[in-house]
Amino acid sequence: MNDMTPTREAREAKLEGMGCKRKRVEDVRFTQGRGNYVDDIKLPAMLYGDMVRSSYAHARVKRIDTSKAEKVPGVVAVITAETLKTVNLAWMPTLAGDVQMVLADGKVLFQNQEVAFVVATSLQAAADGVELVEVDYEELPVIVDPFKSMAADAPVLREDLAGKTEGAHGKRDHHNHIFKWQVGDKPLTDEAFNRADVKIDELISYHRTHPSPLETCQCVASFDKIKGELTLWGTFQAPHVIRTVVSLISKLPEHKIHVIAPDVGGGFGNKVGAYSGYVCAVVASIVTGRPVKWVEDRMENLSTTSFARDYHMRTEIAATKDGKVTGLRVHILADHGAFDACADPSKWPAGFSNIITGSYDFPVAHLCVDGVYTNKAPGGVAYRCSFRVTEAAYAIERGMDILAQKLGMDPAELRLKNFIKREQFPYQSALGWEYDSGDYHTALNKALVAVDYAGLRAEQKAKREAFKRGETREIMGLGICFFTEIVGAGPSKNCDILGLAMFDSCEIRIHPTGSAIARVGTKSTGQGHETTWAQIIASEIGIAASEIMVEEGNTDTAPYGLGTYGSRSTPVAGAAIAMASRKIKAKAQMIAAWLLEVHEDDLVFDIDRFQVKGVPERYKTMTDIAWVAYHSPPPGMEPGLEAVSYYDPPNMTYPFGAYICVMDIDVDTGVAKTRRFYALDDCGTRINPMIIEGQVHGGLTEAFAISMGQEIRYDEMGNVMGASFMDFFLPTAVETPHWETDHTVTPSPHHPIGAKGVGESPNVGGVPAFSNAVNDAFSFLGSTHIQMPHDAWRLWKVAEKLGVTG
Amino acid sequence: MAKINVTMTVNGEEVSGLAEPRTLLVHFIRETLNLTGTHIGCETSHCGACTIDLDGVSVKSCTRFAVQAEGSHIRTIEGIAHADGTLHQLQESFRQMHGLQCGYCTPGMILRAWRLLQENPRPSEDEIRHGISGNLCRCTGYQNIVKSIQHAAAALNGETFAEAAQ
Repeated sequence: MNDMTPTREAREAKLEGMGCKRKRVEDVRFTQGRGNYVDDIKLPAMLYGDMVRSSYAHARVKRIDTSKAEKVPGVVAVITAETLKTVNLAWMPTLAGDVQMVLADGKVLFQNQEVAFVVATSLQAAADGVELVEVDYEELPVIVDPFKSMAADAPVLREDLAGKTEGAHGKRDHHNHIFKWQVGDKPLTDEAFNRADVKIDELISYHRTHPSPLETCQCVASFDKIKGELTLWGTFQAPHVIRTVVSLISKLPEHKIHVIAPDVGGGFGNKVGAYSGYVCAVVASIVTGRPVKWVEDRMENLSTTSFARDYHMRTEIAATKDGKVTGLRVHILADHGAFDACADPSKWPAGFSNIITGSYDFPVAHLCVDGVYTNKAPGGVAYRCSFRVTEAAYAIERGMDILAQKLGMDPAELRLKNFIKREQFPYQSALGWEYDSGDYHTALNKALVAVDYAGLRAEQKAKREAFKRGETREIMGLGICFFTEIVGAGPSKNCDILGLAMFDSCEIRIHPTGSAIARVGTKSTGQGHETTWAQIIASEIGIAASEIMVEEGNTDTAPYGLGTYGSRSTPVAGAAIAMASRKIKAKAQMIAAWLLEVHEDDLVFDIDRFQVKGVPERYKTMTDIAWVAYHSPPPGMEPGLEAVSYYDPPNMTYPFGAYICVMDIDVDTGVAKTRRFYALDDCGTRINPMIIEGQVHGGLTEAFAISMGQEIRYDEMGNVMGASFMDFFLPTAVETPHWETDHTVTPSPHHPIGAKGVGESPNVGGVPAFSNAVNDAFSFLGSTHIQMPHDAWRLWKVAEKLGVTG
Repeated sequence: MAKINVTMTVNGEEVSGLAEPRTLLVHFIRETLNLTGTHIGCETSHCGACTIDLDGVSVKSCTRFAVQAEGSHIRTIEGIAHADGTLHQLQESFRQMHGLQCGYCTPGMILRAWRLLQENPRPSEDEIRHGISGNLCRCTGYQNIVKSIQHAAAALNGETFAEAAQ
């Protein structure tokens, strides 16, 4: 009754399901230059947009003269705030409950702010037009240092907020104050500090940087006047959210907006937000009736569309003299730039920074965050991390090392002593989270053995003696980081973006011949969803991954989803995929039971088929079942075999990991060499180990860049100093260390397949590991904390200050 | 601005088109020749996403004007596969070794590796790392790109790829 039956092993192999190192589907087109990125889109009569930008960080705009630009051959239109006011779009809402200028309206608040949008028939004509737009500015005093923004006499940055003492997140204490956010028990925490044997108190800053994907932000807007429909192709990590935002601000009905994110050349958080260029391209297309393409250049990317970090964290830990932590007290000064455009879930103005208790069993804690305005670019995106989790992980992991130093204790021993124990999960943290699962002791111990930690410490001791004797100019650092992430935003009870609950979704259709298409609300920007999503479905319902097409990014066809960022794809959409698969499987089981003339309970699922319990030769494969679903379904059953699932996660997931960095620093040059970097990740169930390893390599490289040199710096006039690849450190293959990867597996108990997410862990855990290695190297010379980034110049300055340079 | 007719051989075919003197070669390739596999990441010659092969050397095509390429022989990612449509070993190896993620740097990276392996058919890991140091990747951390090139080199030399122990 069935076709020839291959062995179980052969059937399993053909499936290419979860756990298999399946080669990527995407690579076939990418290796041939056949990807379809936004800039590859070319439409008939398409125009090109280019931005006029402010050369000042804070200035009044006295006059904008577009007349000369309009006369440039090929220039079709020049749009300013005055144009945008006619359609009520001079300002737009931000994801953080603030508003921001689309184009300069009366003043500019950061360098390179968007002032006018020139639209022309070619890239070159648009650039010529930009050159000829004349803008008269009157300079105003600039604030770049967040510590000066709340001074009594600080200049008023946001005149539009004059008299507003309430912001989106409560009371504003000053004209440059955005919000104050507090969590935890302050009196109990203060009491713990009053009773503490040992305390540390350190200002730990995480400097401003930028996600900088290799493809910049870009879009093509095409408005069809006859149909009244807008099609918007763009580099979007969250296409559905963009559609809703465009509808809300343009007043176009949402069903007449088609948002398409084609192949996206990396995101890392940069492509979550809605930027002026998108709005201008849409307006320009509506005004001209022609498609308009906007592609930012690299300088524009680095200096305007989002930034990351810029958190200044005063971190205090209380402990007993034998090294048991008793309290954590942190105040964060958060520099949000000129407009609060942080891409966090609405109720979380400082993201999930209350994960700051990390992997440790703090009985009490208190966190207070003050957000402030400065004359810097807006943004505050989660650069390859869940919302503000990298900052939190950095503060606690530096803090634990500083505490170890003060106690004269080994940092690994201090961590092992204070870890949340395996039997304490699910664990309620002092700052309000419920950690789902973990086995921290096993993970760190495995890491310590893998690198021969004791041996390395002995070597370090010997090298330090040799250094003191003047026999070497090199110092050695051992950096440990044990991070706990919080990803998978998130449960509707506490996570939304613009009121949209942060669920995600999947629709699966099984075709009559047994192949399938799955559409998902997320959007891969390099993570390989077309490959891995099919693996989940393959394992769940028994159709080979090679026979499942995965489609994302088209809002007309994909079910509504909140997109890809904050490592939420696997925890949320991955669960939706499993749940949609299970709906199909349930119907398939009914069909199989009917075909085999047994009760459903008498069937067992085996790889790619339902078989009668104890009679494996009586079975129906998913291919058999699919055909019957469309050809002759059981009496009374709807034909077809498809399902949709919208998954509202019951909790976040909490991936963790143990990273160890071994570094040698030449004190005469400040050059740091990473000798060894070992990364153990526990992301729960592993869908594709090859892709996980690739994600870890990439995230570690970004962590290396951030900690060892990458920075968006401003001078006191507000000139951005790091806005090209000449000044902004992106490591090449030469500087990038070799990565060793390892893992443990502690599944998430609440996730349908036990997966937790991994893409961002290496960035979260990597930065503290590098920084702790640097700090550990210098610690025996009397240094407690060295601010990042740790480039050679800065490290040489540290050595000089410590009096050890040659 | 006046346009000039430019003629060159791209992927074995003679092609010509009009370009302003200031038109960058990468824009000419993408916009005029419609070969969009060559990508733009910075336009300042740092990232290497626009790397092509020009008269036997790897060139960042944003660093040349189209008119400078008059009469030259160019190869882009679209011309790397064999004439019968089968993939070049490098394309195969990048897939086998997971040498790409978002795919944006990939064409430039493969073009650079293609020339590198002709200059040095048996490069060491260090030579590969230096050899591709003009090409930035934001996703992979390079480790698997290096491995892909080693894998391709081994296959092209008829040898078995032996992965170095960690």
